[in-house]
Amino acid sequence: MRYLLVEDNDQLARAVSDRLSLDGHVVDRAADLGTADAFVETGDYDLILLDIMLPDGDGRDFLQAHRRAQRPTPVIVLTARSEVSDRVGVLDLGADDYIVKPFDFAELEARCRAVLRRRSGGASNLQRFGDVAFDPLACTLRVGDREVQLRTRELRLFEILIGAPDQVFSKSKLVDRLFSHDADVTENAIEVYIGRLRRHLSGARAQIVTVRGLGYRLSLT
Amino acid sequence: MRAIAFALALICGLAGRGMAFEIENRVVFGPEDPARVLSVISTGDAELFAPIIQAFLQGRPDVAVDYTVASSAQLMRAVHEEGVVFDVVLSSAMDLQTKLVNDGFARAYSSGVTEALPDWARWRQHLFAFTEEPAAIVLSREAFEGLDLPRTRQGLIELMRAQPERFAGRVGTYDVRQSGLGYLFATQDARTSETFWRLSEVMGALKARLYCCSGQMIDDVASGELALAYNVLGSYARGRADRSAFHILLPEDFVTVMLRTAFIARTSPEPDLAEAFIDHLVARDWADGDSADGDGADGDGADGDSAESAFFDGNWLRPQEQVLRRIRMGPGLMVFLDRYKKAAFIEEWGSAMLQP
Amino acid sequence: MIAALSGPGSIRRRLIIQLLAGAALLALVVFVIVRGYARDLAAESQDNILAASVTAILDSVSVRDGALQLDIPYSAFSMLGNVSDDRVFYAVSHGPRFITGYEDLPVPVDPRTGAPQFGTAVYDGAEIRVATAARRLSVAGRPEVVAVSVAQTRDGLRQTLTRISRNVAGFGLGFFMLAAALGVFTARSATLPLRDLAVSVSRRGPEDLRPVEAPVPEEMTPLVGALNGFMGRLSAALSRSEDLIAEAAHRVRTPLATVRTQAEITLRRVDKPENREAVREMIRAIDESSRAAGQLLDHAMVSFRSEHLQSAEVGLDRLASDAADRLRPMADLRDIALELCPAAEPGLKVKGDAILLQSALLNLIDNAIKYAPPDSDVIVRVSREGAYGTVAVEDAGKGFPPEALGTLTTRFVRGSNTLGVVGSGLGLTIADEVARAHGGHLVLGNLDREGGGACARLHLPLL
Repeated sequence: MRYLLVEDNDQLARAVSDRLSLDGHVVDRAADLGTADAFVETGDYDLILLDIMLPDGDGRDFLQAHRRAQRPTPVIVLTARSEVSDRVGVLDLGADDYIVKPFDFAELEARCRAVLRRRSGGASNLQRFGDVAFDPLACTLRVGDREVQLRTRELRLFEILIGAPDQVFSKSKLVDRLFSHDADVTENAIEVYIGRLRRHLSGARAQIVTVRGLGYRLSLT
Repeated sequence: MRAIAFALALICGLAGRGMAFEIENRVVFGPEDPARVLSVISTGDAELFAPIIQAFLQGRPDVAVDYTVASSAQLMRAVHEEGVVFDVVLSSAMDLQTKLVNDGFARAYSSGVTEALPDWARWRQHLFAFTEEPAAIVLSREAFEGLDLPRTRQGLIELMRAQPERFAGRVGTYDVRQSGLGYLFATQDARTSETFWRLSEVMGALKARLYCCSGQMIDDVASGELALAYNVLGSYARGRADRSAFHILLPEDFVTVMLRTAFIARTSPEPDLAEAFIDHLVARDWADGDSADGDGADGDGADGDSAESAFFDGNWLRPQEQVLRRIRMGPGLMVFLDRYKKAAFIEEWGSAMLQP
Repeated sequence: MIAALSGPGSIRRRLIIQLLAGAALLALVVFVIVRGYARDLAAESQDNILAASVTAILDSVSVRDGALQLDIPYSAFSMLGNVSDDRVFYAVSHGPRFITGYEDLPVPVDPRTGAPQFGTAVYDGAEIRVATAARRLSVAGRPEVVAVSVAQTRDGLRQTLTRISRNVAGFGLGFFMLAAALGVFTARSATLPLRDLAVSVSRRGPEDLRPVEAPVPEEMTPLVGALNGFMGRLSAALSRSEDLIAEAAHRVRTPLATVRTQAEITLRRVDKPENREAVREMIRAIDESSRAAGQLLDHAMVSFRSEHLQSAEVGLDRLASDAADRLRPMADLRDIALELCPAAEPGLKVKGDAILLQSALLNLIDNAIKYAPPDSDVIVRVSREGAYGTVAVEDAGKGFPPEALGTLTTRFVRGSNTLGVVGSGLGLTIADEVARAHGGHLVLGNLDREGGGACARLHLPLL
C-alpha cells in the first residue's frame, strides 16, 4: 500500500512512517498542506492519513478541497482533538474515518482496512502463496475450489504469516500484534488461532509449521 | 270638615299684640288650645281662604291657623316697618310682595313642589304664586241691552265715545291713589299698551267713579248703578250669586293677570309649619273635591276663585295664552314703588282721569 | 428568576404614572384657567347690566320747572331681573341729599361723572355688587350733581359659577380620562419594542450568540449595543475555552502518539522476553495515560456542553447505529460481533445534544467491547419504556460487581474486576452525566441469563 502521511510533528511522522514501513507499506511524508498538495498532484496513493492542526492551515480545508476536486483517495483523519466536538465535523467534511492520537496500530490497521474495503467496491487484491489465494480486503482464503471466510484475528494472523513466508514468528510477537498488548492474554491464546488457520488450510500445500521452541512459519510442503 | 272658625274682637286683638297697623278681620281656624299656631297675614277675605285653610288643617288636629286680614298697604306697614311677627305672608300686591322679598323679609324655601313651579310662578327661593287672577271688565246686562258687547279695550273706547250719554257717570274703576291692586293693574296696563291712557281719558271725560275695591264696583254694576267696571278681579265677579246681572269680559287684546303670592317670613317662629303651608298652597291640593267654596256657585261648574284650571274652565272662554299678561315677579315691579315714579304716574293718571 | 430580577418599578408603569400626572396637572390648570375666565366673564356681564341700569336711571333724571324729576324706566330694574333672581337695591342722591331708594345702601366708590364705577360691599347680610355714576345738571341756573347707585346681590353669579365649575370639572375629568387612555396606549406602544427584543432574545437557543440585528428604536440602541457586545464576549469566551480544550488535547496526545509508535516499533525489534515485557508495560502505561487524558478532556467537554445544552431532535436508532459503526472496527479486532437491535417502534426521538448523546453511547459500547471476552456478542438494543426511550448495551462479560453498582458512575471509580483492561473509570461517569443533563438516567445492571453479562441502559425522555 502507498500512504500519504500529512503530519507536522516530525517525530511522530517519522515513527508512524517507520512503523508502517515495517509492514511493507510505502509512506510519503508531508509536514504541511502545501507539500501535501504537491504530493497529491503527482502521486497515486491508496490512503491519506491527515492531521488537523498544521502550520499553514487547517487539515479540514485540505479535506474539503480534496473532496471538491473529487479525488478518490480515502482519507483518515488523525486527530488529537476531542472526539465529541470534532467527530461530526470531519466526517461531514468528507473524511472516511478518523482516529484519535495516540493510536493503537492495530486499530489504525483495522480502520484502514475497513476504509479500503468500503472503497475497493469488491475489486480483489489477491495474494498467492502456493495453492492458496488470500484476499485481505474480502477476508477470504481460497484453497483449490474451497473458499473460507476468515474472522478478523485469523485474517490478521494469516496476514502476518503470509507477509513473510518461511520466516519464523515467535508466539510472543504474534500475541503483541494480535492482542494489542492486553495484559491478560497469554501466549497460549495464539495456539487457538493457529489451530483454526490450520483447519482452514487442510489439504493445501501451504501449511503453518511449528518450529519447536521458536514459533511458527508459513511454508509450502 | 268645617273647622270651628271664630272671630275675635278685632280691637282687643290688636291692642293685645300692640300693633299699630289696621286690620280688617282676624279669624282663628282649628282647636281652641292648639299645640302650634301658624300665623298668616293676608289681603284675601277669610271666607275666600277658609276652604284652603280647612284642607290644610285636616290631619293636623293640634294646629291652629291665626288668619289676619289687612289691606296691602297695612300689610306692608306691619311687615316692613313694624316688624310684626307672622309665619306666612299672602298678598295680591305683587309689587309689595316683591319688595318685601327683595328687602330681605322672606325666608328661602325649596321643595319638590316649589321647584316644580313654572318660572313665572316663583321668584328666587322665596316668593311663590298660588293663584292666577285676571283683571276683568264687568258689564251690566241691563245697560248693554241691545248692544254688541265690546271684545277689546279699543272696542270699549269706541262704544263709550259713541254713546257718552249712556255711560256718563256710570263707569267705574279703581282709584289708584287708594288701592294698591288698582295701582298695580293700572301701571301694568300702562306698561303693556298706550290704550290704557286713551281709555283713562275717555273714562275721565265720562266722569268715571273711583272705587277702593272690586266688591263695591261689582255691587254697583249688579245694581245697575254702573254700566261697566274696569279692572275688576274676575274671581270676585264670578263668585257672586247675582252674576246673571252682568257680563264678565276678558278683553281680547290683553288680559292682565295678577298672581296671588306667598312667602315665609324671615322671622317665622314656626318655619316647618309655614313650609308645609306653602307646599299646600302651591301644590293646590285644595283646588278640587270637597274643599270647594260654597260661596254662591251659580252652576257654571267653577268651584273656586283662584285655581287656574278652575278659573279658566266652564263657560269662561279660556283666553289665548299669548293674550295673558302675567305680571312678572322681579325687581321691575319695584320701579313703580319708587316715590318719584309713583308720584309721576299718579299725576299723569290724575290728569287723565280727573278732568274738571 | 424573573421575579428576582425585577427592580423597582417598571418603565411602562413609570411612563403611565408620569403621563397621568401630567394629564391631571393639565386638567387642573385647564379647570383653574377656564373657571377663572368664566368668573371674570360672569362678573363682567353683571357689571355691564348694572352699568346699563345706572345709566338708564341717570338718563331719566330731568329738570322741570326748576325741580328735579326722576322717572326710573321699568327696564332699569327688569333688565337686572332678566339675568338672575338676585335682589336689587338702588339709591339716588342729589348732591349730599338722599332722594330715593335705599338710604343706607353702601356705596364703596365715589360716584363720578362718566362711566359707572364698580365696587363690592355687604348689605343686609349679603354680598352686593354696586355700580355708581353721577351726572351734572343745571337746576335753576346752578350746577347740581345727581348720583345714582344700583346694587345687586351675587347669588346668581355664584350659581353660575357653581354650574360652570361643575361643567368645567366634567370637561377636565373627560380631558383627563382621554389623556389617561392615550397615556396608557402611548406607554404600551413605547415599551413594545423592549418587549419584542426580550421575546426575540429569550426565544434563542443557548448556542445562538449572534448579535441582535432587528431594527430597534434609537433609544434602545445603547442597550442592544451592550447586549451584542456582551454576547460577543460570551461567544469569544466560549470558543476560547473550546480552543483551550482542543489545544490541551493536541499538546498531550501528539507526543504520546510518538512515544507509543516508537514503543511498538521497538517491540517489533526486541527479542529478549524481559525487554519485550518492559516495552509492553510501557505501551500499556502510555495507553492508560492517553486514555485518561482523553476522557478527562471528554468529560470537561461534556460538562461544558451540558451547561449550554443544545436542543435538537435525535433519533435513537440512528444514534445507536452511528455509534456501532464507529466502534465496529474495534470490536472486529477482538472478534466481537457488534449487533444492533432497533426498536420495535421506529422513529423514537429524544430532544438533546447529539454529540453528547453520541459520546455517552460510545463510552458504553467501548466499555462493553473492552470487557467482553473474544468471540462474544455485544448487543446495542433500542426500545421504548413508557415515556422513556432506552438504549441498552449488553455484553457477555463478567458483569458489574453487584456490590458496586451504585458507585460505578462516580468519577474515577472502576470495577474491581477490570484487571488488565485500560480505562480511567470516567466512561460511566460521562454517560451518567449526559443522561442526567437530558432529564434521563443511566441504569447499570447484570443480565439475568446463562453466562451473565453486563447491561448498561441509557434512559432518555422521549419527545
